[in-house]
Amino acid sequence: MALKMESDLNRFRKIVRGKIKKELRRFISSGDLVGRQGNKRITIPLPRIDIPHFSFGNREKGGVGQGEGEVGDTVGQGQPQPGQGQAGEGEGQHSLEVDVTLEELAQILGEELALPNIEPRGKENLEDKKYRYSGIQKQGPESLRHFKRTYKEALKRSIANGDYDPDNPIVIPTKDDKRFRSYRITHEKVANAVIIYMMDVSGSMGDEQKEIVRLTAFWLDTWLSTQYNGLERRYIIHDATAREVDSDTFYKTKESGGTLISSAYKLALKLVEENFNPMEWNIYLFHFSDGDNWSGNDTADCMKIMEANLLPVSNMFCYGQVESRYGSGQFLRDLHKHFGESNERITTCQIKDRDAIMDALKVFLGKGR
Amino acid sequence: MVHNTQLTPELRDVASALLEAAKRAGLDVFETIFELVDYKQLNEIAAYGGFPTRYPHWRFGMEYERLSKSYTYGLSVIYEMVINNDPCYAYLLRANNMVSQKTVIAHVFGHCDFFKNNYWFSKTNRKMLDQMANHASVIRRYIEDVGHDDVEDFIDCCLSLENLIDIYAPFNQPSRKHTEPEDEQEVYRAGPVKKLQSKKYMDSYINPKDFLENQAQKQEEKVKKKRGFPENPERDVLKFLMEYAPLNNWQKRVLGIIRDESYYFAPQGQTKILNEGWATYWHSRMMTELHPLQDSEIIDYCDQHSGVVAAAPGQLNPYKLGLELLRHIKRRWDRGQFGIDFVNCDDPKKRAEWDTGAGLGDQKLFEVRRIHNDITFIDAYLDEDFCHDHKLFIYDYDRRNNRYVISNRNFAEIKHQLLSQLTNFGQPIICVKEGNFKNRNELLLEHLHEGTDLKHDFTLECLRNLFKIWQRPVHLDTIIEDVKRRVTFDGSNHSVEKI
Repeated sequence: MALKMESDLNRFRKIVRGKIKKELRRFISSGDLVGRQGNKRITIPLPRIDIPHFSFGNREKGGVGQGEGEVGDTVGQGQPQPGQGQAGEGEGQHSLEVDVTLEELAQILGEELALPNIEPRGKENLEDKKYRYSGIQKQGPESLRHFKRTYKEALKRSIANGDYDPDNPIVIPTKDDKRFRSYRITHEKVANAVIIYMMDVSGSMGDEQKEIVRLTAFWLDTWLSTQYNGLERRYIIHDATAREVDSDTFYKTKESGGTLISSAYKLALKLVEENFNPMEWNIYLFHFSDGDNWSGNDTADCMKIMEANLLPVSNMFCYGQVESRYGSGQFLRDLHKHFGESNERITTCQIKDRDAIMDALKVFLGKGR
Repeated sequence: MVHNTQLTPELRDVASALLEAAKRAGLDVFETIFELVDYKQLNEIAAYGGFPTRYPHWRFGMEYERLSKSYTYGLSVIYEMVINNDPCYAYLLRANNMVSQKTVIAHVFGHCDFFKNNYWFSKTNRKMLDQMANHASVIRRYIEDVGHDDVEDFIDCCLSLENLIDIYAPFNQPSRKHTEPEDEQEVYRAGPVKKLQSKKYMDSYINPKDFLENQAQKQEEKVKKKRGFPENPERDVLKFLMEYAPLNNWQKRVLGIIRDESYYFAPQGQTKILNEGWATYWHSRMMTELHPLQDSEIIDYCDQHSGVVAAAPGQLNPYKLGLELLRHIKRRWDRGQFGIDFVNCDDPKKRAEWDTGAGLGDQKLFEVRRIHNDITFIDAYLDEDFCHDHKLFIYDYDRRNNRYVISNRNFAEIKHQLLSQLTNFGQPIICVKEGNFKNRNELLLEHLHEGTDLKHDFTLECLRNLFKIWQRPVHLDTIIEDVKRRVTFDGSNHSVEKI
């Protein structure tokens, strides 16, 4: 691509970024973007960016057409009416689909929420060596010989010598002609991170509550995955008992029954102990619930596990309380009572509705840990 | 010989042969330079409207992204791109097969002939490629001096108003010098009423009282009118802004550049149907008659040609409409189906079989391409027979069911609808009515409403942009839902009031 177009394209991208930023709150709370991600890229539907002109309102305007048909026959559908079904997005005329990378999106999120970059704890020394064959050198093992380059050198030499005969184009490389691939070692810092999502799926958590959790988790993922090279996710659902599930089940399960939060914490602890050595992993624990725990005893258990086991190993423990019609929200109050409202290790947040997701993200990620 | 350095020898021979065939058929083209490009380059050139040298602006980037995306998804392919310039530049897509290349080259010669010979293109700058490059370097310089954001914002404003030009202005006499008012005073206030010369004793007969009153009134009116600024409503709004808006030098220059380019592109909007029809007509004749394809190529050609003239059900394709109208003309004039006898003949059978062997088709076609634009073309040649043969209809919007339905097949209405769609190449007609409105240096525009309302949200945006240029409140008189209204932007708020 010529340099000129590149700069125009960059100007355009800048404008698009601005638009995304402006609409970010809407994107976050509507869930438009979730599930749109392809491989590392995400397609964002934006209202078409247009230079306005004085022009005719073309909606509901007639015109001339050509073809068969009787008077009264339909020749085309009108545009979807607002407020009727889903807003049309396939309408090429009205929307602009922009591809952005997840990194870019996370960057925009970071800028908009003024998120600090996360400093991985104590893992600076951990490095990964990578070998890249990116260069050419004159010495090397035969197995790395670069055939094309070698041939070119030989050809050049033989033409320069006058040995080359187009009718009998035999070119014999000498030792000096040989070229070999060479590698460079790059050192990459590795910081591994794992997010363990825990969700209360007891009877009181409705579909809307789960949707909120899902959206929040998507944006947490987006941000954290740009901060760490390898990000692992584990999902735990619990009612009175807890089990580990895949992400699909995590969001879709509708259980009913009582709630024992401690069951989830115990399982999380087990996961960490078995798989994620805190010396090597940045561990993030997110727990979403409507705050209704079965008994005070269990709550006391939770506090104990957290204090003794979970908090010391994790970068951050986040508790998001989703408001539901049935939940009492007691657990949040208990947490505050036990740990104080501004504990270093614990971040709590109430997510009242979809609009509050953005603020929740800010609270969760604002500490830069 | 086709001048080129980039074409493969095979393509060069093809182009030369086609050029010979075109010349034999009577086409008269600028020297045409073909460039062979890959799809990325073609998308890029197309995004710049055919001019790789254009000034930097984000919308070209947007267009490029849109084109590349639709190419990647296989939604659209640009086959051909040709610009009105001397020499004429045309771009061929490297990946096309030979049949496509032949068709495209023939098509390009059609356009090129049209550019060179059509009256409506006669006032365009034929060195536009160079001119665009000059524009670009001017704008780059301003970007360096003033800053990218400021210049870009201002360009956005100008572009928003770019269609407010007078497409007929280039054809008018260079603006008439104001005839100096005989009496300077007269302009500003009504002087004593001029009497007709008479002897004193005849005065009361020659200049009776009511005559004098009448004169006085006329004079007053005249003065009133002269005080108007501009004197007559000005269709070239951009020119008016350049002359009277409080702009810096660089802003004036940028506005001028946008206006120039707007005038340059206007004839292409004015002659879309005829121009494309003409090019399609000639590629079709050249491929099948004047420089026929190989037997083995015919199927591919048909496939491609039918793609060009295809229309979605119920839609009107300008390529197709233009092509068929030209064929219609050719047939009529070949068979002498014109003149008073033919027009007055009511017998359909006789009309259909009418053939005087006149053989004037080609001559007529060249006349049509020389003098017509879309409006005059449709007005002169779209007749009832054509309308019927090609099953044209009018569709309307059915609000209740949110769909478009065929409303009738009445010839007069179809023609009227088509012509009104093409008026001012589909743009609303807006002119400056008052440059010193309310004697407060405000700007009053008037929209000549012809049945269709303006797109309201865009109107508001445009007024906002207009304000940035005029820097005083701006008004637009228009009709919204059958009521005369004045839309105003005063710098912070929009308002709409009944007038």
